[in-house]
Amino acid sequence: MNNFTYSKASTVQDAVNRVQQGPEAKFVAGGTNLIDLMKYHVITTDALIDVNHVEGYHAIEARGEGGIRLGAFMTNAKTAYHPIIEQQYPLLSRAILAGASAQIRNMATNGGNLLQRTRCYYFYDVNTPCNKREPGSGCSAIGGYNRIMAILGASESCIAVFPSDMCVALAALEAKVNISGPHGDRSLAFTDFHRLPGNTPDIDNNLSHGEIITSIDLPSKGFSDNYSYLKLRDRNSYAFALVSVATALELEDGIVRESRIALGGVAHKPWRSAEGEAFLQGKEATKENFTRVAEIILTGAAGYQYNSFKIELAKRAIVRNCMMALNPETQLPGAQPSR
Amino acid sequence: MSLTASIGQPISRLEGNLKVTGAAKYSGDYNVAGLLYGHVINSTITKGKIAQISTVKAKALPGVIQVFTHENRPSLAWFNQMYADMDAPPGSPFRPLYDGEIRYNGQPIGLVVAETFELARYAATLVEVLYENETFSTNLEENVADAHTPALGLATMLKPPPPKPTGDFETAFAESFAQVTADYSHGTEHHNPLELFATTTIYEGDGKLTIYDKTQGTVNSQLYVGNVFGLKYKDVRVISPFVGGAFGSGLRPQYQLFMSVMASLELKRSVRVTLDRSQMFTFGHRPPTLQSTRFGADKDGKITAMNHSAIAETSRFEDYTEVVVNWSHMLYPAPNTLMEYKLVNLDVYSPLDMRSPGGSTGLHAIESTMDELAYKLNIDPLQLRLINYSDRDESLDRPYSSKELKQCFLQGAEKFGWANRNPEPGSMRNGNKLIGHGMATGIWEANHLPAKAEMIITKEGKLKVNSAVTDIGTGTMTIMAQIAADEFGLSVEDVVFSYGDSKKPFAPIQGGSFTTSTVGSAIKAAGKALRKKLLKKAGLMDNSAFRGVPISEVIFDNGYIILKNDPEVSVSLRDIILANKGKEIKTNNLSVPNVFKLKKYSRAAHSAVFVEVEVDQELGVVNVTRALTVVAAGRIINPKTARSQILGGMVWSISKALREETIVDHGLGKYMNQNLGEYHIPVHADIHDLDVIFVEENDTIINELGTKGVGEIGLVGMPPAIANAIYHATGKRINQFPIHFDSLL
Ligand SMILES: Cc1cc2nc3c(=O)[nH]c(=O)nc-3n(C[C@H](O)[C@H](O)[C@H](O)COP(=O)(O)OP(=O)(O)OC[C@H]3O[C@@H](n4cnc5c(N)ncnc54)[C@H](O)[C@@H]3O)c2cc1C
Ligand code: SF4
Repeated sequence: MNNFTYSKASTVQDAVNRVQQGPEAKFVAGGTNLIDLMKYHVITTDALIDVNHVEGYHAIEARGEGGIRLGAFMTNAKTAYHPIIEQQYPLLSRAILAGASAQIRNMATNGGNLLQRTRCYYFYDVNTPCNKREPGSGCSAIGGYNRIMAILGASESCIAVFPSDMCVALAALEAKVNISGPHGDRSLAFTDFHRLPGNTPDIDNNLSHGEIITSIDLPSKGFSDNYSYLKLRDRNSYAFALVSVATALELEDGIVRESRIALGGVAHKPWRSAEGEAFLQGKEATKENFTRVAEIILTGAAGYQYNSFKIELAKRAIVRNCMMALNPETQLPGAQPSR
Repeated sequence: MSLTASIGQPISRLEGNLKVTGAAKYSGDYNVAGLLYGHVINSTITKGKIAQISTVKAKALPGVIQVFTHENRPSLAWFNQMYADMDAPPGSPFRPLYDGEIRYNGQPIGLVVAETFELARYAATLVEVLYENETFSTNLEENVADAHTPALGLATMLKPPPPKPTGDFETAFAESFAQVTADYSHGTEHHNPLELFATTTIYEGDGKLTIYDKTQGTVNSQLYVGNVFGLKYKDVRVISPFVGGAFGSGLRPQYQLFMSVMASLELKRSVRVTLDRSQMFTFGHRPPTLQSTRFGADKDGKITAMNHSAIAETSRFEDYTEVVVNWSHMLYPAPNTLMEYKLVNLDVYSPLDMRSPGGSTGLHAIESTMDELAYKLNIDPLQLRLINYSDRDESLDRPYSSKELKQCFLQGAEKFGWANRNPEPGSMRNGNKLIGHGMATGIWEANHLPAKAEMIITKEGKLKVNSAVTDIGTGTMTIMAQIAADEFGLSVEDVVFSYGDSKKPFAPIQGGSFTTSTVGSAIKAAGKALRKKLLKKAGLMDNSAFRGVPISEVIFDNGYIILKNDPEVSVSLRDIILANKGKEIKTNNLSVPNVFKLKKYSRAAHSAVFVEVEVDQELGVVNVTRALTVVAAGRIINPKTARSQILGGMVWSISKALREETIVDHGLGKYMNQNLGEYHIPVHADIHDLDVIFVEENDTIINELGTKGVGEIGLVGMPPAIANAIYHATGKRINQFPIHFDSLL
């Protein structure tokens, strides 16, 4: 690790000011991703600005217009176990608890979760070419061991996936990300926050250097009656999703009034399909219809040497998870498939 | 009052408290004033040469003491066999920093020594290396055409080559009523014990070194250091009191030992070198292996022909071998057999014994082939094993010293409820889950090597036992204290077992499930000698009732020698010591197995394993919901530590069958998941109901203790039992480990 300075920011403004001191200056929250990346020399920094002691944004607040505001500096664990989240946004709680381990969730923050980097093996190994780490150097994964890589929205420069579970639920719940920066405050719809790789896989999202995430807004609709999170992975806990699905349904007499289906582990951002969700609207909540939605959502999916299985897997996972959402109590700990 | 015997008691590990409270010191925990820290630099290419290596920037940092590379290393032993340790396979061992050749990815190419660990690690990033790349190959499958018969060497003693063919396999197979042909594939695995490899070398002056090393053999490390650095063995003391798991990775001296000693001798300072987790992927691994089987049987299920062939990876510098194909004929008495084992040299480091080496690979192929054969014949898989049961080892044409495998089958089937199984694949289900029951047999050889032990009755009348052996976390210390206690009718609290020190009496490397038999026998031999000596000393005391009394007429109990036919007459060990002018009384004995007697028998531990899996029908997700291992391993010294060994093997079986793999990018020639986040071993949520039964097995031939060892037997039978259960659940035979859920879609 290089030498770097470390300082604690006291307010959001203070944090924003401090991070202007140089292009390499970085915020650190839980440190569960950033510190690893520094140890692997994937990220170098000359100044770390600790945001854990910033005034405000450590709690959940009710918003005037309905819905709630999640503080960016609150931990993933506190968020998942908060009674409001458990009761009104259980999909979010389930998704968070499907991620990482108890120890990591106790450190990880909501802001940091949105900004975690991909788990592509090559990205973490500085001795291999990687366009995301070193633009223009090439992509080792395309012709390499790509079992964990993307099947949707990938590009010729990068086929990495965004690994978060929490963000899959946030995408389904249509959250909003609140940002402060040197030029004032702004908000981004969740689907506009993360990016597809295109020709610039080094840019994961639309946050600019110098900007800080202060909070995440959730609309009042929490889909607490019909929701489910399913995560498929190589072991029952403490592994990233090969495919995950967040489903939120609004039903009326067995008819789907509104549906949200977001996929994790398949693309450079949580994946939603407007066509798929539109198809389901007004249809009966049946396995047949869920199967058709799955086909629509996976339209255009493409696999590489080792990951083509994800296409069929994602389809089946969507169907199962929609079925689970009809009876949310069939969900098992660890977001495992229902019995 | 007579004490109950310690052997057979489920005593908790004597060092458990030290370990769980953090008080136990491991080799990287010994601090001395002025200690320096080394960080190893590893090659980032797979094959070629170092064209240029510049250490100027690293050395310029204040606090950096030296950077060692092949260019400035001290002169070392020139003869490469001086690098051969007690576990070295045939070939020429890798010599760290010997020259600028790169032989594998991650090869150590330099050592930065600095005043702090962090500084050394940072300085290592400033060392600039220019390589000349050469073409390489790490892919076993693509190079099977180059397979050769392994070179023979010393290691062949414990790892015999495949037995000679018997009968006429091809004809018998062609004519057999039922035939099964199958291919199996296993990838690379890395040991990854929790404790990282570390060596702290204390520079004592006068050419003397005290070395705290993570190892499974203190004497092995001592010899290696002596040979490589030209030191007298007596000036090199290697200590390894606690080992945080090793699983075979400590059977050979690893490069942190070399680096730490080299720097210490050159700088005349004490130096510690600790490897990080990714560096644990830069030495030794379980080799990828490709196997094929052809089994033929008559219509009653009697196996008439067996062919088992394996091709495994090794490095370009050593012919590392495993016993993969020898097991089927030890289990099943087929008259026509053909066993073949070959190696392919690739640009990787030499493989290294990893828990149940060879057995966990070979038994998968054998026992899944047996399952397939049972289905072909429409015979219950357990019944097929019974039809082909033998008390003899037909591969060597001799009887077993003992074999209670049949009891394992019967007790296991009863407890598991095997009879309730509907044999039809896919016939048992529960909602979305298909349920499968599978079983398999395990076998592991019971070896016994020479060792010494020293036994002392101290001034306080307590018993002290000394051996160089390590305790790799298996409970060795505890069971040795139990064995020693019973020699004198003492309680375990009155015994001090000192170990893990090359200065103490010789013990071989700890592995292969032979430690209990080997060191236990040495303790028994020493106990016998010391009892005689004590009785003689007792006879020399004034007015002694023990004068001239033969050893068979006395018993040792609770600190006293007592006359058998007059228990009123006794003398305390303390009084004997007093009469010995307060001096301790000791013996030092070598125990050598009775090779003459033993070679008439085959000796092995056996197991029967029963497994229940649940497989999600649509999504392929597999859970091992229930597993039972029934073991026949001779006498069990401590049921608690023995059970833990088997449970550990069962967890590892789940890992091997379903989780664990080192991901290799053959284009880069390197391992890609060099951390425990991506190298998947089971988590708690993967482990459900596990149970262990030890059946009674009385073996009067094997050694005086009647023990066979339980270190490996837990990991040989269960992986195929899992694969067989998955077949039963789904009707799919997946012969490639690990079985990922996506292969079941
Ligand atoms: C072994 C392991 C397994 C894991 N498994 C999973 C899993 O299964 N599922 C899953 O979803 N996640 C998983 N994670 C990832 C984990 O969820 C993230 O590391 C965590 O959420 C990051 O949060 P943090 O607060 O620690 O971020 P940090 O590591 O502190 O920061 C991450 C990045 O965000 C920036 N940052 C942090 N806060 C802010 C802010 N408020 N505004 C602007 N920038 C900010 C930092 O500068 C940095 O670039 C795993 C992590 C590990 C180490
Ligand atoms: S997939 Fe993306 S992150 Fe992975 S090597 Fe290619 S460019 Fe890098």
